[in-house]
Amino acid sequence: MFDSLSSRLEGIVKRLRGRGRLTEADVDEMLTEIRTALLEADVNVGVVRNVTGRIREQAIGARLSEALDPGQQVIKIVNQELTAMLGGETLKITYASHPPTVVLMAGLQGSGKTTGAAKLARWFKSQGRQPLLVGADLQRPAAVEQLRTLGRQIDVPVFSEPGDPVKTAKRGLAEARRLGRDVLIVDTAGRLAIDTEMMEQVRQISKAVDPNYTVLVIDAMTGQDAVAVAGAFHKTLAIDGVILSKLDGDARGGAALSVKEVIGRPIAFASTGEKLNEFEQFHPDRMAGRILGMGDVLSLIESAEQAFDKDQAEQAAARMLDGEFTLDDFLEQMQALKKMGPLSGILGMMPGMPKEMKGAEIGDDALRPVEAIIRSMTALERRKPELLNGSRRTRIANGSGTTVGEVNRLVKQFQEMQKMMKRMGASGRGGKKGARGMQGMPGGFPQFN
Amino acid sequence: MQSVYLVLVAVVLLFGVGVVFWNRRRSAQVSTSTAVGRSGPDASPALRTRMSKARSALTGALVRISTRSGITNETWVELEDALLMADVGVRVADELLAGLRAAVKAKEIVEPAQLLAALQAEMTARLAGADRALHLTPGEADSPNVWLIVGVNGVGKTTTIGKMAAQQRNGGRSVLMAAGDTFRAAAVEQLTTWAERSGAEIVRGKEGGDPSAVIFDAIERASARRIDLVLADTAGRLQTKSNLMDELSKIRRVAAKGKGRVTEVLLVIDATTGQNGLAQAREFGAATRAVDIPSDGTGVTGVVLTKLDGSAKGGIVFAIETELGLPVKLVGLGEAIDDLVPFDPVEFVDALLRVD
Repeated sequence: MFDSLSSRLEGIVKRLRGRGRLTEADVDEMLTEIRTALLEADVNVGVVRNVTGRIREQAIGARLSEALDPGQQVIKIVNQELTAMLGGETLKITYASHPPTVVLMAGLQGSGKTTGAAKLARWFKSQGRQPLLVGADLQRPAAVEQLRTLGRQIDVPVFSEPGDPVKTAKRGLAEARRLGRDVLIVDTAGRLAIDTEMMEQVRQISKAVDPNYTVLVIDAMTGQDAVAVAGAFHKTLAIDGVILSKLDGDARGGAALSVKEVIGRPIAFASTGEKLNEFEQFHPDRMAGRILGMGDVLSLIESAEQAFDKDQAEQAAARMLDGEFTLDDFLEQMQALKKMGPLSGILGMMPGMPKEMKGAEIGDDALRPVEAIIRSMTALERRKPELLNGSRRTRIANGSGTTVGEVNRLVKQFQEMQKMMKRMGASGRGGKKGARGMQGMPGGFPQFN
Repeated sequence: MQSVYLVLVAVVLLFGVGVVFWNRRRSAQVSTSTAVGRSGPDASPALRTRMSKARSALTGALVRISTRSGITNETWVELEDALLMADVGVRVADELLAGLRAAVKAKEIVEPAQLLAALQAEMTARLAGADRALHLTPGEADSPNVWLIVGVNGVGKTTTIGKMAAQQRNGGRSVLMAAGDTFRAAAVEQLTTWAERSGAEIVRGKEGGDPSAVIFDAIERASARRIDLVLADTAGRLQTKSNLMDELSKIRRVAAKGKGRVTEVLLVIDATTGQNGLAQAREFGAATRAVDIPSDGTGVTGVVLTKLDGSAKGGIVFAIETELGLPVKLVGLGEAIDDLVPFDPVEFVDALLRVD
């Protein structure tokens, strides 16, 4: 639904070809687009102002290299800046010399603290530790029950008792000592940063268990309020690290940048799914690309490398650039693509996809009719779709359980694509790599109407 | 080598999915629906007083801007910041300010105070005329109304149902809850607590069971017992998970199969949500649009904005309502049962433009 930054900058960049340096006016024009991209990604207004200021300084007068186009160079500067801002120091866990090491979870209602606590416990377990979970959220109905269920799933004990959350936390600490558990994770109730009473309560819990690490859980979908929330929690509790939750959606996650800027503490983990093992260390570079709407290219390439056969993929790509890509090749590559996971996920990570495709719900069996049509063709027809006359099309439609209209559209789309491939191949062969050609691709793609 | 993969993936996607899209376009159908009677929640404390508890007095941009002697560059920056900080989104903010700039240029507006009034009036006007009533249509005694509550994880669906049940019970209607969140650990227990508090009945399924079946059973039970309203909870799901969104489509279809009538599909949006709220509204709308039952609903019928008692202003629902035409119906202002109140556009806009 959002334009990627590169497509935003396209128009401006065209005028800059062949120039040696970026002028102030060029940079300002680009910065307007960069600003919009950041705001659409929910980066805080004030943070955006700081970032664009820094980027401006770096970009003005930057020498333009001949090989890269100026737009790519500016994006590189922006990307580097964001990566630097998101990264830097990482959260290194130093275990307490007198166990247990205490971790306190805090955050707004619904940010994902309870799930986060369980995921963290699982992570500690994988590090060879023996965590104990404490359910100190006595506010939300059945929150403790939820934690107990999750604890059972990962085989980590859960301590809680009704009544006072401060006492529960304290008793939990004693329990960890008694049982010899070396990590204690305290789940707390969600609270609003402006609710002074509840903020005082979490401060009391913190005082009672004296945590080694206080972790703030922030929802990746959070908007401008992230700054106020992070600031308030940091002021009350002194946050050590952040867990960014619900990163498996399509939110661009600018909140991550805002939070990092406001409290200056590292984002340690990203929660990437509902399953308890979907929890990973935070990658600043990937996040930067995501905020800029460049898709999560690295993750995509990683999973593609596993799914595709290397030699086959190279050959297919070569045929593609020569305009000799056939429906057989397509079928073959599609099988590999299927191994990469749900289609909608791949679409989301893909940079430069047309907007309407990106946000769409595409079920995994959506491609089945397409496959059926191709499989109903003879080998010769797959190589030479131009052979398909009316009667052949009717046969294919009947054979695949589709309509002649659907067969027609598939063939037409394929021919359009071949033309585009050829164009790409022709321009791509001039010494530039395939990735450059890709930038032009979505634009050259026919509209579906 | 890396780029080879990207090119391949792109080609396969563009081609394969492109064909799918093209075909979908062809078969897209438009469904229409009509709403009959209505029943809103009972009169509640004014949004303004509730919200002002959470916010400091008028000390922000509004005041700063109106005390300045003229409209300066800073005025525009401050106005834009106020809109952006409220999460209305950069596109909506630009659009609103463009209109004002034109009026200032034409000397229709000269005073800062006029500028603010004009912005407030414009925003309020854009929210005017929406149908914000909760539809509870009378029918056969064995045909309960069904309200389906949907949304991403952690927005407050279960809590909203709890409050809604209590309010409807106080309004003299019988209520049955369907514990359709069979995924999240202890979600059923959470809803059960609310059922006990509000005096509603509840139908529960097994954890990990089929939510459509639970909701269908609940509607059948409500029908047999002549219950007025079924409040159906669903598991939180991110709109990008196609399998879960398919599951939601199925829930929507199955809910209309028995004796019940689905009269509301309410999307719960957390006030802290940023620009992703638009994608949520769009995708949940598409998933709950029951094309095969054209007389019975057109996707999401309204928005419930939760957690507005915090520092977040929930401006994304302004974009959702004005761009997608989904009316905001209710606002959640806290954890108590009467903290769910009807949405008031004037007070909402007023609070939106206030900078603490």
